[in-house]
Order: sequence, then structure tokens, then C-alpha cells
Amino acid sequence: MRPTLSHFAVAGSPVMLESIVFSVLNGLLYGMLLFMLASGLTLIFGMMGVLNFAHASFYMLGAYCAYTISSYTNFWVALILAPLFVGFLGALTERFGLRNVHKHGHVAELLLTFGLVYVIDELVVLIWGQIPVNYAIPPSLDFTLFTLFGTSFPAYRAFILFVAIAMFGAIYLLLVRTRVGMIIRAALSHPEMVGALGHDVPRIFTLVFAFGTGLAGLAGVMAGNYYITEPGMAFSMGPIVFVVVVFGGLGSLGGALAASLIIGLVTTFAVSLNYSIADLLAAVGLGLDGANIAGGLAHIDLSRIGQMLPYLMMVLILIFRPRGLMGARES
Amino acid sequence: MSANMLEVKDLHAYYGKSHVLQGVDFKVGRGEIVSLLGRNGVGRSTTCKAIMGLVAPHGTIEFDGESVAGLKSHQVARRGIGYVPEDRLIFSGLTTRENLEMGAKKVGAKTGWSLQDAYELFPRLSERADVKADLLSGGEQQMLTMCRTLMGDPKLIMIDEPTEGLAPQIVSQVGDFLLAIADKGISVLLVEQRLSIAMRVSHRVYVMGHGRIVFEGTPADLEADDSVRREWLEV
Ligand SMILES: Nc1ncnc2c1ncn2[C@@H]1O[C@H](COP(=O)(O)OP(=O)(O)O)[C@@H](O)[C@H]1O
Ligand SMILES: [Mg+2]
Repeated sequence: MRPTLSHFAVAGSPVMLESIVFSVLNGLLYGMLLFMLASGLTLIFGMMGVLNFAHASFYMLGAYCAYTISSYTNFWVALILAPLFVGFLGALTERFGLRNVHKHGHVAELLLTFGLVYVIDELVVLIWGQIPVNYAIPPSLDFTLFTLFGTSFPAYRAFILFVAIAMFGAIYLLLVRTRVGMIIRAALSHPEMVGALGHDVPRIFTLVFAFGTGLAGLAGVMAGNYYITEPGMAFSMGPIVFVVVVFGGLGSLGGALAASLIIGLVTTFAVSLNYSIADLLAAVGLGLDGANIAGGLAHIDLSRIGQMLPYLMMVLILIFRPRGLMGARES
Repeated sequence: MSANMLEVKDLHAYYGKSHVLQGVDFKVGRGEIVSLLGRNGVGRSTTCKAIMGLVAPHGTIEFDGESVAGLKSHQVARRGIGYVPEDRLIFSGLTTRENLEMGAKKVGAKTGWSLQDAYELFPRLSERADVKADLLSGGEQQMLTMCRTLMGDPKLIMIDEPTEGLAPQIVSQVGDFLLAIADKGISVLLVEQRLSIAMRVSHRVYVMGHGRIVFEGTPADLEADDSVRREWLEV
């Protein structure tokens, strides 16, 4: 369909505005989901110096457990139980896996979590199969919250945002207002001194690992039905969370939050910018006919760049500011 | 009840293949201030770390009549050994007050030392209670680490080079502080390189060289022994 002049005039501003509003909302949403994963990963790293490669696998387990639990009960029960169960698995991993290889150094710990990625992957396929499972948004949240410029905003997205923000508040209060939180913050700078003052640091490690993996599980519960629950979900989420944590600064919660939001917004905007430029090209007449090739090129290039952008940002920050946005240590 | 608070016998420690402690023997009596002197690199800090379980100890470490060798550091601390490390290890993300609270082993535990005691002794800490601890001066940080460890109510406190890099009047404040805590019945193991403060506060001194003890005596004995000082202490 060839756009008319009037169509173009209408398309100009409201479409841009709509795309900005929805990109901000979706970017925040994606960013907060990233943060649910990144916060646990960065806390674990900050304290134990271990980059938990299997973090996104716990996220996947959260989604699958929620699927199974909600098929017997309902979503709300799964929302509570699945993260607890995943956190429990995390505690077992730390207590009987990481703690035993700890004396052999960080490389051994890293390899253990690396192996775990594949173990969990195979287990998931074994139990739930190769094809995606039907983990659906609960009917009580499956409605349109509001409609703006003709595009609807689903209630479930608002729910994800709400849970993510509540979680952020809870972590903040836990860390800043409680004694356990204070001990965790102290252990972020000098774990051996915390031990020398009489605090059981290994137990705190187990607790933090369980808490971090539990948060990853919660993210899985929230995202599994919003996206798709399938065996590839850990592999598609793992690298980007890793990027967020490095970009924000290993071990820094504030950095993880900033990086999650930045990367969430950047990737979402790259995609929507891509669409709006394609729209714009179509609108000025470079649509389907003669300039097909030029339009196609612009389309492909931009979406590729959108995918690549976070990784590029990580590479650049490693070169120019190795400790990340707010990280305390080099490396 | 054993006469000694701390008794170390034939203590060895290693970093990889390097044999750093080669049979260290010494004692700290109840309420006694004992100094461990020696040049840089002779193994004084490693001795503290081995006692604390931060470096694997080989040998006998008896504290208050019971062996603590092989315990994890938090267990050693709970037995009643306090440790003030050389590099201070201030918790930089925490305020002064929070750093002090980290020293208490349980919330609201009745201890011989409270926040109030620390503030009374060092009013500067009270003025800067809500300031992030990494903003304190070197001297203030040293007071803070010592008070932080005291909050855990230790029976013996090991203090590693507290006067390193401090101005003379602050060094003398540290000396007063050591005398004050010994007055409360806490045993002190002071690791030092500066002879003057050790001579002023100690009941007994040990000199370390190459991973073992090479001299034991009173400050007066050391004062009288030119050759030990020349061979093992003077730079
Ligand atoms: N972490 C370590 N790894 C390897 N060698 C160390 C380490 N710490 C100290 N050393 C070595 O052990 C010896 C004793 O060190 P240390 O106990 O710190 O001496 P001191 O406190 O008396 O100055 C020194 O030769 C030092 O280089
Ligand atoms: Mg030393």
C-alpha cells in the first residue's frame, strides 16, 4: 500500500511518540527482568569471587518449576514455591559443590558452575522434553491494562514491573536496614575479616547463593510465561546477564541496576528505532517497490546492531573503564 | 585454669612451597602485654594469621587451655581471640558505626565493650559515626579497627603494626589505648617494628628472625642487649 501524503502527516508525530512511550515501558520491563538475574549474580560474585555460569540455568528451572507447580495448583502458589525451591537447589549447589572445590581456587569453582549449565540443561530436556511447555499467563492477569495510541499494554507486563520493583525495594531494605545485610555488605569488601570478627562466612555464602539463585528462579517464574519456557531459555538469557554484570561493575548492586536499565532500554530502542526507520522509509516512498533493496539493508543492519550493542558496550567498558560503571575492583 | 592465655609451640606455616614459619614458640600470660618484634618479612604477620586460622597452622596453638589449631577463623574468634590486621581492612561501604557493630558477634550481646566505650575513648569516632569509614584519616581508621575488634569482647587481642604510618602523637595515643585495655584484663599481643612503643607498654618482648624466635626477655633485657638489637632489629 502506498502511503498518501495525509497518512504520512498523521504517522509523523503520534507514531513516534507511541513508539517512544512503549519502548520506555518495555525497556524498563526488560531491564527489571535483567536486574532480577543480575542482582543475584553480582552479589554472589562480589562476595565469593565466583562468576556463576549456571545463573541463567536457575532462571530456567524457575520457569519450569512454576509450570509444573501451577499445573497442579495455580500461578500464585507457583510464584511463591518455585523461587523457594530453586533457592534451595542453589543452597545445595553451594554447600556440597562450591564449598568443596573452594580450596582449589576460583578456576575450579568456575568450571563447576560451567558443568552445571549442561547438567541442568540435560535434566530439563529429560524431565520436560525438547519442545516448549505450555506455561501460560494466569487468566486473572490476562487482560489489557490500558490502550495508548491504539496499542494495548497487557496487565501482566505491569505485574512483572511491580514484582521487580518490589523485589528491588526488598533487597535494598534487607541490605541497608538489617544486620544480615550489613554483614553481607561488609563481606563484599573483606570476607576474611568478617570471619575473623566471628561471623560464620561459609554460612553467609550459602545464604547469599541461595538468595541469588532464588531471585533468578523468581525471574524465571515471571518471564517463563511472558516469553517462552523452553530448553534454550538459559542459553539465550545467560550471556546478556553476564554483560549486564560486567558493564555495571562486578559486585555492585547499584551498577547492576543502572546497567540493567541502560541495556534494557538500549536494546528495546534499537529494535523500535529499527521499525520506525523502516516505517519512515516506507512512508517517504522507499517502501516495497523500487527501493526495496535499500530498505531491506537498513532493516537488517539496524536489527543486527541492536543485538550486538550490549556486547559492544561491554567490550568498550572493559577497555576504557575495566571496573565497570560502579564496580569496586579491577578485574 | 591454665596460667597462660595463649601458648604457641613449634608453629610452622607455608605459602605454597615457601616455609615461612619454622617452629615459633611463645606465650602470652593473662592480662599481659607481649610484643613480637622483628624486621619486615620475618613472619610476624603470618604468625597472627596462623593463630587466627587465616593461614593453615602446623603445630600447637593453645588458647585458654584448649587447642585452637585447625579451627576456622570465625570459630577462633568466638573462642575469644581478637585480631586487628596490619592492613586494617576497614569495611569501606559501611559507616563508622556499622564498622563497630560488625565487631559485635551477636545483636545486642552484653559485651565488656560498647559503642559508648569506643566513643568515650575516641570522641572522633563518635563525631564521625555516620560517615563512610573509608573517609576517615589513617589514625582514625586505626582507632576504628581496634575498637571494632574490642566490640567482640576478646580475652586476647592481637594487633599487627598499629603505628605504621602514624604521626608521633597518635602513636602515643595508641600506646595509652593498649595500656587501657590491658587494665581491663585483656591480654595483648602487639606486633611491632617500632621499638619505642613496644618498650613503653610491654611486660615482655620476643624478637623474631627468619621464621623463628631469636630473643625473649623483658624490655630492660632487650635494652641491655646491643647485639640482638643490632643483628635482628636495627635497619
Ligand atoms: N600471601 C603471601 N604469599 C606468599 N608469601 C607471603 C605472603 N605473605 C607473606 N609472605 C612472605 O612470607 C614472609 C613473612 O611475611 P610476614 O609474615 O608478612 O612478615 P612480617 O609481618 O614479619 O613483616 C615474607 O617473606 C613474605 O614475603
Ligand atoms: Mg607484617
